[in-house]
Amino acid sequence: MGALWLFLLLGLVVVLGLCSLNVGASRMNLLHVLTADPDDRISKILFVSRLPRTIALILAGAALAVAGAMLQMMARNRLVDTSTTGPMAAAALGMLVLAIALPQGLPLWGRFLIVSAFAAGGILLFLGVLQRMPLRSALIVPLVGLVMAGVIHAGSGLLAHHFDLSQSLRAWNSGDFSAVLRGRYELLWIAAGLTGAAMLLADRFTVIGMGRDFATNIGVNYSLLMGAGVVLVAMIVGSVVVTAGVIPFIGLVAPNLVRLLVGDNLRRSIPLVALLGAALLLAADLLGRLLIHPYEVPSSNLLSIGGCVVFLAVLLQGRAKWS
Amino acid sequence: MVLTSWRSPALRVLLLGVLALLCMVGFMTVNVQTDWDFILQYRGSRLLALLLTACAIGISTVLFQTITHSRLLTPALMGFDVLYVLVQTLALLVWGGSQLAEWAPSLRFAMQVLVMVALALLLFRLLFSGSVRSLHLMILLGMLAGMLFRELSELGARVLDPSEFGISTGVPQASFRRINTQLLGAAAVALTLGGLLLLRWWRCLDVLSLGRDITINLGVAHGRVVLGIMAVVAILVSVATVLVGPTLFFGLLIANLAYWFTGSQRHCWTLPASVLAGIICLVGGQVLLEHVLASPLPLALVIELAGGLLFIALLMRGVRQ
Amino acid sequence: MIETQGVSKRYGDVLVVDDVSLSIPKGGFTSIIGPNGAGKSTLLSMISRLTPMSAGTVLVDGMDVTRTPGSVLARRLSILRQDNQTSLRLTVRDLVAFGRFPHSGGRLTAEDMRHVDEAMDYLRLNEYRDRPIDELSGGQRQRAYVAMVMCQDTEYVLLDEPLNNIDMRFAVDMMQLLRRAADEKGKTVVVVLHDINFASCYSDHIIAMRQGKPAYQGTPQQIIRDEVLRDLYEMDIAVHEVNGQRICVYFRMA
Repeated sequence: MGALWLFLLLGLVVVLGLCSLNVGASRMNLLHVLTADPDDRISKILFVSRLPRTIALILAGAALAVAGAMLQMMARNRLVDTSTTGPMAAAALGMLVLAIALPQGLPLWGRFLIVSAFAAGGILLFLGVLQRMPLRSALIVPLVGLVMAGVIHAGSGLLAHHFDLSQSLRAWNSGDFSAVLRGRYELLWIAAGLTGAAMLLADRFTVIGMGRDFATNIGVNYSLLMGAGVVLVAMIVGSVVVTAGVIPFIGLVAPNLVRLLVGDNLRRSIPLVALLGAALLLAADLLGRLLIHPYEVPSSNLLSIGGCVVFLAVLLQGRAKWS
Repeated sequence: MVLTSWRSPALRVLLLGVLALLCMVGFMTVNVQTDWDFILQYRGSRLLALLLTACAIGISTVLFQTITHSRLLTPALMGFDVLYVLVQTLALLVWGGSQLAEWAPSLRFAMQVLVMVALALLLFRLLFSGSVRSLHLMILLGMLAGMLFRELSELGARVLDPSEFGISTGVPQASFRRINTQLLGAAAVALTLGGLLLLRWWRCLDVLSLGRDITINLGVAHGRVVLGIMAVVAILVSVATVLVGPTLFFGLLIANLAYWFTGSQRHCWTLPASVLAGIICLVGGQVLLEHVLASPLPLALVIELAGGLLFIALLMRGVRQ
Repeated sequence: MIETQGVSKRYGDVLVVDDVSLSIPKGGFTSIIGPNGAGKSTLLSMISRLTPMSAGTVLVDGMDVTRTPGSVLARRLSILRQDNQTSLRLTVRDLVAFGRFPHSGGRLTAEDMRHVDEAMDYLRLNEYRDRPIDELSGGQRQRAYVAMVMCQDTEYVLLDEPLNNIDMRFAVDMMQLLRRAADEKGKTVVVVLHDINFASCYSDHIIAMRQGKPAYQGTPQQIIRDEVLRDLYEMDIAVHEVNGQRICVYFRMA
């Protein structure tokens, strides 16, 4: 059963990837590449813009989906995501602070590390708050997360307004991949590595999802693993936000859909989660490119709409359960 | 029982009242540069609007927190204000060019409040099963619906005019400077009506905080009373939203200030305290920012930020649900 | 008298209370016992109109609980369930005083205060009278809530597992208090109990439920017997007479 889904999703990603290569502001025929000369305009578009963009989408989608799954384990709640609990908003704040404090810019690595640090702060704040809530109903966790994200958002808005950077903040908050070119998305390979690490630790993370006492009883080093989780998620969020901006809801939708299909065993489902994340982001980006061709709708806009609808559906469908 | 020590809630509310009065006097008299008539009209109408807003948000937030047994949740978080803007937008779409445009703004407002109350009650009835958890569900749904609405309007704007960049978000931000003084009269009437309606259930308010089971045990018709109070909340939120736009954390800020300062949970103290705290924040805050600090920072953003930080602090302190 | 006629409660596909028709006599102490999931708490909360019924009627002194105005019923019947608000900034005195609400609508007279003091005395809460309830231990808080219900001074007092979280000493105190309320004040006390020994020692009448239906009803002599309990709890329970009381021993069978 799991293997079937694996192949299906893999196929989906491949198909979407090929579509992604084909679609864009300028028309082109993919097959042309096989025959033409490397300096040809079409090959340039392909290798400088479309291919990097497609690869970036796949890497980012997979990474965000896996990060979402990990956050869900750490928060012990399946209705959370990096964009609905604060880390992404914190990362955007980090970008803002960098722009204010160091307007001359920083090398990519520097930006990545600082923004990731902000994202880590966001995660720690959220988890810290959760720890202090003795009775966590299933719904109060995402609720608190949403409000915290809102607070950080409001704070960033205030800061941006003061330094006249509101336009830039809005651009960072509605992330998309239209500016991704060869040489501009390399951070996402780091995200890929982190995703791989997360997938290897998936087993241990399921244990974290059962709570500190349970984990300690089995002999898993809870604090160490939580720390590793925070670092992994923060760096994934950091790499995506620096490259493309805030990309919402993938970490919520992908793990929950996969859970519906194959159940809760993280070790078996994590490859599916990664693939579905990639597929979702590819699809959203494609749709964005097609809707008002030749203009683009940022994928974050479409993902927000889709994510809200899915989230609402999940809540309404399980209504009897929550009350 | 009123003790004559400084711990007494009555004394504290009195203190808040004095502070609020000082703020109001300051608002009207600081830095007066033109003649009195103009000041009276210009500042006076703004002051009235701020007072009405403080009343509306202070009362609606405390009432909402009583029903939801939480110090963290507010009607704004549930998307009430977004609901109001939705009603406004829908009204425009449906009756935009026709007779509605010719109605006096106050009549239009009255109609929007009615629709808002009806919608709020309908949603509440459909989703609220009586437990606190289903309230959390409603609030989540409200927040998500608000987010969806905002994103959809942004998408709509992009689709309609793709070359437009720098699109403003669908839902306007609150502003305590650009106040809609046109509807002051209608707002005051609505606020009074809401207050009169509240009087009907005044004595049950403290009992409600004990939880559904005990409320019913003590003979209060829990379902009906809660629905009635929700109607009052819907009216009050409409008043505030039409005057200054949607706020997110302002209610949270003043309600918690009221609980903290009075040290009590009895509504006879917390309701006035919340209103007075609101007046101090809005009126006093405006005086501070505009005249004392001469800062271009919008009061709305500062208050939202303060409220938001308070929220996080409350969470960290471990306010039990 | 409390009379239930064909009362049922269904949650989705599950029938938690199945067509229960019984009558609880006026005056005296009645316990409802049974294994987990038997429907005891659900039945009690339907009788007290806290939970709507899927079918059936409940009459308290001839009044239909779903049709009678809440304020009228609140002077005749009081109910206390298990999980109550813990994060209230109220003193014990304030909480207990709420018990007078059905009688005085929030305005407390001297008569009301007398009831409040008496209730706090009964439950030995005087040393905590001005402490906020969120600073009390679980057991102390539970006693405060029971005091509130006592203060409500109703003819029928319904309690759902009031002994949870309470120390042995206070549990015995509470049971003795409830017994006195039935004897001295003629109240009808109906209690859902987990501990069959407390039920055995204090009840006039026991209703034993299983799978949503009352399987047995009777005096402690009739119910607290080896065969009945074996059928009810599906385990070996030895009943011994100690000091004139029927005590169940099931902890470690030889």
